[in-house]
Amino acid sequence: MNPVNYLYLAALLFTIGATGVLIRRNAIVVFMCIELMLNACNLALVAFSRMHGNLDGQIIAFFTMVVAAAEVVVGLAIIVSLFRSRHSASVDDASLMKL
Amino acid sequence: MENLIALLIAAPLLGAAVLLVGGRRLDAVGHWIGTALAAASFVIGLVLFADLLGRSADQRTLTQHLFSWIPVAGFQADATFRLDQLSMTFVLLITGVGSLIHLYSVGYMEHDERRRRFFGYLNLFLAAMLLLVLADNYLLLYFGWEGVGLASYLLIGFWQHKPAAATAAKKAFLVNRVGDMGLAIAVMLMFATFGTFAFGPVFSHVGDASEGRLTAIALMLLLAACGKSAQVPLQSWLGDAMEGPTPVSALIHAATMVTAGVYLIVRSAAVFNGAPGAQLVVTVVGAVTLLFGAIVGCAKDDIKKALAGSTMSQIGYMVLAAGLGPIGYVFAIMHLVTHGFFKAGLFLGAGSVMHGMNDEVDMRKYGGLRKYMPVTFITFGLGYLAIIGFPGLSGFFSKDRIIEAAFAKGGTEGWILGGAALLGAAITAFYMTRVMLMTFFGEKRWQPDENGTEPHPHESPGVMTIPMIVLAVGSVFGGAFFSIGDRFLHWLEPVTGHSEGNSPLSAWTVTAATMVCLVIGVAAAWAQYGRKPVPVVAPRGSLLTRAARRDLLQDDFNHVVLVRGGEHLTRSLVYLDHTLVDGVVNGTAASVGGLSGRMRRLQNGFARSYAVSMFGGAALLVAATLLMRAV
Amino acid sequence: MSFPLLTATAVLPAVGAVATAAVPAARRTAAKWLALAVSLGTFALAVAILVRFDPGGARYQLTESHSWIAAFGVRYELGVDGIAVALIGLTALLVPFVMLAGWHDADPLETGSRRWRPTQGFFALILALEAMVIISFEATDVFLFYIFFEAMLIPLYFLIGGFGDRAHEHGEKAASTQRSYAAVKFLLYNLVGGLIMLAAVIGLYVVAGSFSLTEIAQARANGSLHMATGVERWLFLGFFFAFAVKAPLWPLHTWLPNAMQESTAPVAVLITAVVDKVGTFAMLRFCLQLFPEASKWATPVILVLALISIIYGALLAVGQRDIKRLIAYASISHFGFIIMGIFAMTSQGQSGATLYMVNHGLSTAVLMLIAGFLISRRGSRLIADYGGVQKVAPVLAGTFLIGGLATLSLPGLAPFVSEFLVLVGTFTRYPAVGVVATFGIVLAALYTLVLYQRTMTGPVRKEVSAMPDLRVRELVVVAPLIVLLVFLGVYPKPVTDIVNPAVKQTMSDVHKTDPKPEMEAAK
Repeated sequence: MNPVNYLYLAALLFTIGATGVLIRRNAIVVFMCIELMLNACNLALVAFSRMHGNLDGQIIAFFTMVVAAAEVVVGLAIIVSLFRSRHSASVDDASLMKL
Repeated sequence: MENLIALLIAAPLLGAAVLLVGGRRLDAVGHWIGTALAAASFVIGLVLFADLLGRSADQRTLTQHLFSWIPVAGFQADATFRLDQLSMTFVLLITGVGSLIHLYSVGYMEHDERRRRFFGYLNLFLAAMLLLVLADNYLLLYFGWEGVGLASYLLIGFWQHKPAAATAAKKAFLVNRVGDMGLAIAVMLMFATFGTFAFGPVFSHVGDASEGRLTAIALMLLLAACGKSAQVPLQSWLGDAMEGPTPVSALIHAATMVTAGVYLIVRSAAVFNGAPGAQLVVTVVGAVTLLFGAIVGCAKDDIKKALAGSTMSQIGYMVLAAGLGPIGYVFAIMHLVTHGFFKAGLFLGAGSVMHGMNDEVDMRKYGGLRKYMPVTFITFGLGYLAIIGFPGLSGFFSKDRIIEAAFAKGGTEGWILGGAALLGAAITAFYMTRVMLMTFFGEKRWQPDENGTEPHPHESPGVMTIPMIVLAVGSVFGGAFFSIGDRFLHWLEPVTGHSEGNSPLSAWTVTAATMVCLVIGVAAAWAQYGRKPVPVVAPRGSLLTRAARRDLLQDDFNHVVLVRGGEHLTRSLVYLDHTLVDGVVNGTAASVGGLSGRMRRLQNGFARSYAVSMFGGAALLVAATLLMRAV
Repeated sequence: MSFPLLTATAVLPAVGAVATAAVPAARRTAAKWLALAVSLGTFALAVAILVRFDPGGARYQLTESHSWIAAFGVRYELGVDGIAVALIGLTALLVPFVMLAGWHDADPLETGSRRWRPTQGFFALILALEAMVIISFEATDVFLFYIFFEAMLIPLYFLIGGFGDRAHEHGEKAASTQRSYAAVKFLLYNLVGGLIMLAAVIGLYVVAGSFSLTEIAQARANGSLHMATGVERWLFLGFFFAFAVKAPLWPLHTWLPNAMQESTAPVAVLITAVVDKVGTFAMLRFCLQLFPEASKWATPVILVLALISIIYGALLAVGQRDIKRLIAYASISHFGFIIMGIFAMTSQGQSGATLYMVNHGLSTAVLMLIAGFLISRRGSRLIADYGGVQKVAPVLAGTFLIGGLATLSLPGLAPFVSEFLVLVGTFTRYPAVGVVATFGIVLAALYTLVLYQRTMTGPVRKEVSAMPDLRVRELVVVAPLIVLLVFLGVYPKPVTDIVNPAVKQTMSDVHKTDPKPEMEAAK
């Protein structure tokens, strides 16, 4: 199979993820969309690795998975504590990032 | 002998320092310290005078170099003193009259709690005035020039709690500053022209400079002289200066400081001789002022202000003479010295009258005082006879020579100037007779003041009358002493030069004309103030009288043009500074602030909008990279 | 290697500042004495510089040079010429007096309060400022100079904003608002100036490849460094703008009246007498040496601006109602004289301008500090609130008058010498400018005497009738300064001897000679 098709899939997944981040309000969904984008990147990395015939891309993909796992831990903890204090998981409710 | 010159200045300077820094513990003896140091300076002056007399006429210039004052490249101002016949004359006048007035002040200021400070200021004045006449270059002269201005400021405003005195002091200083500006520019012009401003080099190189430059320098010197000597158009301060204590008026505003302008012109004779145009201006200023002062003197009811008008007028004579060039220099100085005697005497007499009359200055409230104050009456009377030019007294000799010299100028100018001088003599006789009659003759016109205390006119103590007597002796014999054998002429001639003009009139004709004027003036005054009683309240008077009472509207002019105009100018500038200059800056700040307010709205705190901008930015970067590839 | 005297003079107050700030809050008085001792020590070092300095010797003396930021060729280079020596002397001399005058200015408001009013901070900031000013007088590396030229804004900002004058007709709150306005305005003005200068500093490095003043000046003189006319002019303008803000020159002056009005009198003295002098000093040292041709090119415009400053400042001083503001505008007028003297490009003008910097420092210090004593007694800055003070406090009034007379340049007091030199120096090259500037002396008499008349003379007002005369501490501050004013007025030779050689060098930098007298020119 042509490896370029994997790149098309990765681009599609990334776009879905980005759109989700921008239009969904639920923090959990936003979070999952971010994961989707990360995995799209992983897919692209692995595909490139295959195309170029070296293992660098696959190793970076492992790193990305580790970072994603760590992010899930921290991110979920934040979302849970936000939900506890505000009884809502909407990101627009947490517009406290300005002075 | 040269080394004594600095001591002349040092003695009164020491007095000023000790008295002003010494504080209250010197209150008891301060006035005697001041008087002693003034007298010490006089004695040193006499020693130096004797030394000069012992030398031949061309050896009579002593110089003393103290130190280099301001040395910057070509600009070399030294602290060097020059004592020659001209400065010697002034030194004796200043220290002599000065010592007498110190003595007089001991009595006059007896009841003033700040007497020590008064003597400190008087000593300061002596030191500055001596510096002025002893300086060997124009910058050092400028030092003394402003120094006497300061002393005059301090002394006019001595009674600072009186707003009128404080205002008069400020006015005197400011008007003088305008004149000082002229002197400063003259020094700069000299430096730009000759590369120096020391007397010797400047005078010897006058021939190398263009007449235009010399005229400019001379006119600037004249401006300075006008300020210090209260000549038109800078005369307005002198009348107000009478707010100061009377000894101050006698010493500073009659005998010495106000004549500094004449000194300046005569000292700069070489420059003026090379600028005939400027000389003409000098004579015009002198002639106008001598009439101006005389007219003002006729209308004033305040005895000191009448005398101030007279001072202005007499200095006008001197300036006129100084403007005539070598024909007049010597007589300008001679009149200056005799005037120093009789005008100081007259002021001291006026002070004595005021002392006996509870500081009343309005002559309409005097009358018949000759019975109460015989010594004052006699000394004042002798001064009066001297100033109107009564034959044989000092004013007769000195003023007559000036009138002669004015005619000797020749041509139409000579006739006009001589005529003005003659007219001035008549008016002088009128206003001085008026002062005399209103003060010492007629019925007594004083009344109890609002507290019910009636003045008890009495003769002043000896410490005050002795100086008056000495000055009266000078007023009587000074002129004759100087004129017999042309002593004064021979003494000063080596410094100022002298030439006899060719007068269209003989000396006797001029003298006779002067006598006629004198008689007319006295008779007119007698007709108005002697024959009939003087009204206590001044009559409305003619237009001229009313204008003269207001100093011929000079102050009104100043007020409208300078004071009002200046106030408007400063006020609008303050406004402009706030709105325009500051406004531009504040406006810039405000627009930056507005811009940042608008930018701030982008930061709305919504995570998703930040995400949009991040994606947008990333997309832009990618697009830019692709575009660069494509190109 | 010899003892680094210049570094020591700057480091001592810097260390003193840290030490003073570290004194515990309760030991307030100890902190004051420590700061005073440090400032006196600095003065001793300044005297040592004066003694070691040889007027006839090399242009820059006591030089020190170390590599600092090698990548950009920035070096730690110090050296002093006569002009710098005079100004370091002035700075080190004034600081102890300023501290003594402001002895109680930063005390806690209510007695016995343990609340931390930063007394230590006040004195530490003054010392820090002193250190920075001194090092900017010493720096011969453009970048090093720039850093401290900018850094001195920091302590000054806090001194103005944090310790300002608490006298205000509408109470403490209004005073506080005005104070922060003044501090921010001061900071913004000077930051903008500094920013433009930074651009010019970088530009200079790009063109010249070095930050060293001596190297660049030498390369310019022997022709190995050529600058295009346009480049030189832009760089000159960048430098000059910053200095003109600091000096301040019309129309960049409006920060000064606010800053002086709102700060305490001692801080106001530091601003005009010391910090602003860095601006005029830098014009002489950097503008003229680095960009001689551009300086000559800009001279006509600068002279006109200086002339406007002189007359405009004086006229505005006449129109002020506030004592400190009046003195501020008078200073603007005087800075006009200094800048005029510098750009007249004559020996008299430049020597006069340097002397003027020193003398103006002394005379403003006297006038401003006494005005501060007066204001602290009555609690008002408005001229109209005073009257008849000379009757109740004759010594205060007398010393105030002397300060005023120095301000109006009376002969016998130091400012006369410098003002006359500036006028003569300007007149010989630009007669019309000299004549117009001379009007300034009449206006100076006007605003000074009006101030004296309205505050000190006339009948005694009820509010001032219980006013105490100068205290011993205050007299100790004022008397030596007055003695110095008189001494330098009668015998300025010690200072001119130091300054003249440096001025001669500067004149040769700009390839100018004094105009010949008309008489010699004709021959």
